Amino acid sequence: MTNTDTQGQAVPQMPSSNEGSYSIDIEGLNKWYGTFHVLKDINLKVAKGERIVICGPSGSGKSTLIRCLNRLEEHQEGTIIVDGVELTNDVKNIDKVRREVGMVFQHFNLFPHLTVLENCTLAPIWVRKTPKKEAIADAMKYLERVRIPEQANKYPGQLSGGQQQRVAIARSLCMNPRIMLFDEPTSALDPEMISEVLDVMIDLANSGMTMLCVTHEMGFAKQVADRVIFMDYGEIVEEAAPEEFFNNPKHDRTQLFLSQILAH
Amino acid sequence: MTDALIHTRLPDRAPPISEAGIIHWARTNLFSSVTNTAMTLFSLYALYVLVPPLVNWALINANLAGTDRTGCDANEHGACWTFIKVRFNQIMYGLFYGSNPDQIWRPILAFFSLVGLIIPLFIDSFNHKGKLAAFVLIVFPFIAFALIHGAWLGLPVADTSEWGGFLLTFVLASVGIVAALPIGILLALGRRSDLPIVRGFSVFYIELWRGTPLITVLFMASVLLPLFFPAGVDFDKVLRALIGITLFQSAYVAEAIRGGLQAIPKGQFEAADALGLSYWKKMSFIVLPQALKISIPGIVNTFIALFKDTSLVSIIGLLDLLNMSQTASQGLEWKGYDTEAYLFAAFIFWMFCFGMSRYSKNLEESLDRGHKN
Repeated sequence: MTNTDTQGQAVPQMPSSNEGSYSIDIEGLNKWYGTFHVLKDINLKVAKGERIVICGPSGSGKSTLIRCLNRLEEHQEGTIIVDGVELTNDVKNIDKVRREVGMVFQHFNLFPHLTVLENCTLAPIWVRKTPKKEAIADAMKYLERVRIPEQANKYPGQLSGGQQQRVAIARSLCMNPRIMLFDEPTSALDPEMISEVLDVMIDLANSGMTMLCVTHEMGFAKQVADRVIFMDYGEIVEEAAPEEFFNNPKHDRTQLFLSQILAH
Repeated sequence: MTDALIHTRLPDRAPPISEAGIIHWARTNLFSSVTNTAMTLFSLYALYVLVPPLVNWALINANLAGTDRTGCDANEHGACWTFIKVRFNQIMYGLFYGSNPDQIWRPILAFFSLVGLIIPLFIDSFNHKGKLAAFVLIVFPFIAFALIHGAWLGLPVADTSEWGGFLLTFVLASVGIVAALPIGILLALGRRSDLPIVRGFSVFYIELWRGTPLITVLFMASVLLPLFFPAGVDFDKVLRALIGITLFQSAYVAEAIRGGLQAIPKGQFEAADALGLSYWKKMSFIVLPQALKISIPGIVNTFIALFKDTSLVSIIGLLDLLNMSQTASQGLEWKGYDTEAYLFAAFIFWMFCFGMSRYSKNLEESLDRGHKN
């Protein structure tokens, strides 16, 4: 399969070139919260190594969409195939997908009772069965990559928000995921800490990782995204390469959204 | 760009004198208002009236010499600690050891082995905590039983019906506490489970035991339970009390832990799920360590209550610390000195309960990771 932890310059394969190799393949996805129809007929194919930014107004279903990809949310209709595994009620499949998909949350969700290093080594040791020494060495490598190896023995509560989010990224990377999901990773951060997290994400994007980011950081989208997806009322309204998306949005809703967030 | 101005930071200064010191403390805490001042003065007066006579009675005029009541009867202004001294073994270890003082090394050895085994668990640099804890929880109870009961080791047999005093209280409370904790954890998880049958059973169990007084449980265990066994099957009375106490206590522990489980943010569960941890790994590594920490005050509260509630075993004819003290003071030999008996029992109870309370406070502080959810 693909090398997941190399720093090589993997070129995203375009969907047309290799039909069977989608990293994520969503077809006819529908989801309801009670009677509220939160995702409507979503179709989305993501190639290996592709970097996708999902934006849209709050309540548009973008977080729900990426949370369906590792089954933090159940869907009621349609198929979701992640890394060749279909997400159903089958716990084995869910476990398989979760092992290969890393997720970074808006509120970091680090484990406060464990040190930074323990946060990073817990899943590799207990889920991947990596020997402890190896897991620690791996974790230190990723902590270095997110530029906080010196905080390894501190507790999350002793770190700033930006540092915590970088630990959260390192924690996900320690599982050697093939796909990374980011759910508004900078929305809970003080302004002065946003760039340190974005730098790490850009570095990751340049390494060829398949990434789906829900974010309002349009600068990030312009710089690294292969595709920008705009969602509204549970639908994908528009998707395009960033240049096209920002310079020449087709839908009125997209135009309005962009004018609102880029107005200042 | 023009040259930037260099900003020099102001140095920190100490706060004004009026914000610190004993005078400031007294002014804000004891004499802040007219009512407060009146209450302070009244409290001081009450202490003056009550404390000196108590000290005189309990310490200065107290009797400790001799082995019978003659000294005490001659000096009625002091407490009769002679009585406690003479009946100490009976009050601490029960009837068998009270009348066989040469065997007392057995419970003492058991108790201090336990203390000696537990101490390393509190030393940070000790590396085999897991193994030692397993030994203390699984193997040690049998060693202690062998020592105290004696039959397995060929020692004079101290039948469980002859166990009593502090020994019985300690056995009932510690076994109840240790056995109730894992059952309580499972029940708390069960009550929060997505599986309807597991949840239903947990709710039923917890509400059943919480809705029943302990005294009823003990009575049922002692009187009703044997009716369901075939004739001739005798089921140890202490064991029956232990089972009753454990089942009862686990419901309370479960509720204390459920409170902690509910306080864990959803994001913790999601982060564990997203990393691929299974339900049991998620619970044992992520959720329970945090939930138990939050539940410490509640759990210790139920343990303290249990420690004292063990006195209720008198209803089924077992003589715990309190009842043994009372019994000792009711013979003709020491009639009239029951105040001393009750005070002594109260002191022992207080020492252990206060110790548990202090320990729980230390535990909370040592587990604090500077994170407030």
